[in-house]
Amino acid sequence: MELKGKCWKFGDNINTDLIIPARYMVSYSEKELGKHCLEDLDPEFPVKVRPGDIVVAGENFGCGSSREHAVLSLKGAGISAVIARSFARIFFRNAINTGLPIVENRAAAAEIEEGDEVIINLSEGYIENLTSGQRFTIEKFPDFLTQIIESGGLLPWATKQRKRGLTE
Amino acid sequence: MLISYPPKMTLTEKILAKKTGLPLVRPGQFVLVDVDLGFANDLTAPPAIKEFEKYGEKVFAPEKVALIPDHFTPCKDIESAGLVRVMREFARRQNITHFYEIGRAGIEHVFLPEKGLILPGMVVIGADSHTCTHGALGAVAIGVGSTDFAFFLLTGKAWFRVPETILVEFSGRPSKWVSGKDLILYLISLIGVDGARYKSLEFTGQTLVELSMDDRFTICNMAVESGAKNGILYPDSLTREFLSQVNPHWLDTHPDGDLFPDADAHYLRKIKVDVTRLEPFVAAPDLPSNGYPVSEFSTVKIDQVLIGSCTNGRLSDLKAAAEILKGKKVAKGVRLIIIPATPKIYREAMAQGYLSIFLDAGAVISTPTCGPCLGGHMGVLAEGEVAISTTNRNFIGRMGHPGSKVYLASPAVAAASAVTGRITHPAAL
Repeated sequence: MELKGKCWKFGDNINTDLIIPARYMVSYSEKELGKHCLEDLDPEFPVKVRPGDIVVAGENFGCGSSREHAVLSLKGAGISAVIARSFARIFFRNAINTGLPIVENRAAAAEIEEGDEVIINLSEGYIENLTSGQRFTIEKFPDFLTQIIESGGLLPWATKQRKRGLTE
Repeated sequence: MLISYPPKMTLTEKILAKKTGLPLVRPGQFVLVDVDLGFANDLTAPPAIKEFEKYGEKVFAPEKVALIPDHFTPCKDIESAGLVRVMREFARRQNITHFYEIGRAGIEHVFLPEKGLILPGMVVIGADSHTCTHGALGAVAIGVGSTDFAFFLLTGKAWFRVPETILVEFSGRPSKWVSGKDLILYLISLIGVDGARYKSLEFTGQTLVELSMDDRFTICNMAVESGAKNGILYPDSLTREFLSQVNPHWLDTHPDGDLFPDADAHYLRKIKVDVTRLEPFVAAPDLPSNGYPVSEFSTVKIDQVLIGSCTNGRLSDLKAAAEILKGKKVAKGVRLIIIPATPKIYREAMAQGYLSIFLDAGAVISTPTCGPCLGGHMGVLAEGEVAISTTNRNFIGRMGHPGSKVYLASPAVAAASAVTGRITHPAAL
């Protein structure tokens, strides 16, 4: 699977209150939540972002609340993937469980700059920065997580498992 | 690495192993765990229910599910009422007994232990990040997302990567005004908001023996603010005393014999914190790790004070506030909002005379709700306003306008600050 998009660069500790403030959580519609993605950090972001764009961030991306609405909001805004130096654990599992591509790679997250056009190739395991010419090898996910990702998320995976008689 | 037999495990590893049906688990290992109790609230349940209904018809184990509307309740608008209706109707369809209306339940992380539903050795998941609170009862209690909760509804299980454990030992007797909140704010100021990312925090030490259950809940509650997967204490006589009051027959179904970490279990790190000379701690905007001794903030003026939440809405928190507010008034220009975390705590606070003290001081007393903690309702902040709060997060925009600021503190510091209108050490009153 290959994703190509323009990058938006953010710092450390981009928390879920910033990604989607609680005042919008009366909704759980991707489209609705996407309209307010990161607006307390940059009120223009929801307007400027384009489908297929990629978020590049620092340490501990998605820290704070467990709100899966954060992933919905990013998807709703059109974000196709998040590259970060590191992810907070609940955001990480929410992204895996719902099929938002994420890449934890310190080098890529550090070197990619705002506005760079990059390609993320998850099956072959690399990120190519078309703007700077840099290429980064990315680690494959552990087997178990790869299974979930390739099934399209946790519940599709669970359905497959049931069909195989592997869970009740 | 030498692995001896029988295998040596930390408390979290032991409990995860047991609930996976394995004799041993090691950090980094992926496990599919049998969950004893899973719960969600009015914000996290509706998306989970929607996902569940795409893939399943019947909840696997309805008796192990709890649905607690607490974030935007009493429903603050039409949409919020719709969210709770989704929960209510789902509970009815699926015969989920543990759905509670307002007035009969409170903030999930205070209500569930009070109801005796959380026991040592359990694996508990909650679609809320402060699920880690319940580690104070010797359960492995982990915050998860809505899809995880939907998976649990479908299968009764959850997937986890076994975490490394960091051992945190508190020693020394805390001084008069230092509480569990100050201890955890201090720890987080040392290790940072990702200092325990993906780790289990196992709390131990003589200090904890002398603290209350309320303090222990507060400490575990904020484990997530350092990035931790869970916080946990092994059960002792104080735990058992609490449990005997909320669930007298708990030992019939949950023997707690082996709920200790092994003596030479492997810990990633061991941190020793001597609290003898610790002062009350306050976390300044905009990170929970931005903590300093309270005296550094004595010139900071505040507009609003909140005493409540899953962090500090318990009876001893209200008692600490009442002791400071007795005979005093909230400062001119300042609002004080006090929120007992459950109806039981509310009633007990009334019986003890705390509510009169609060009303006489000019405070607002609210029905149990998470409301203002996350900028939902019952005390949202305007641009430029400054709040001091006994809650757990102070990120930009957490309690209202992104131009508002939040300081995190203990109930005693919050109450003292309400009286003076500035961030105040209780001893200075």
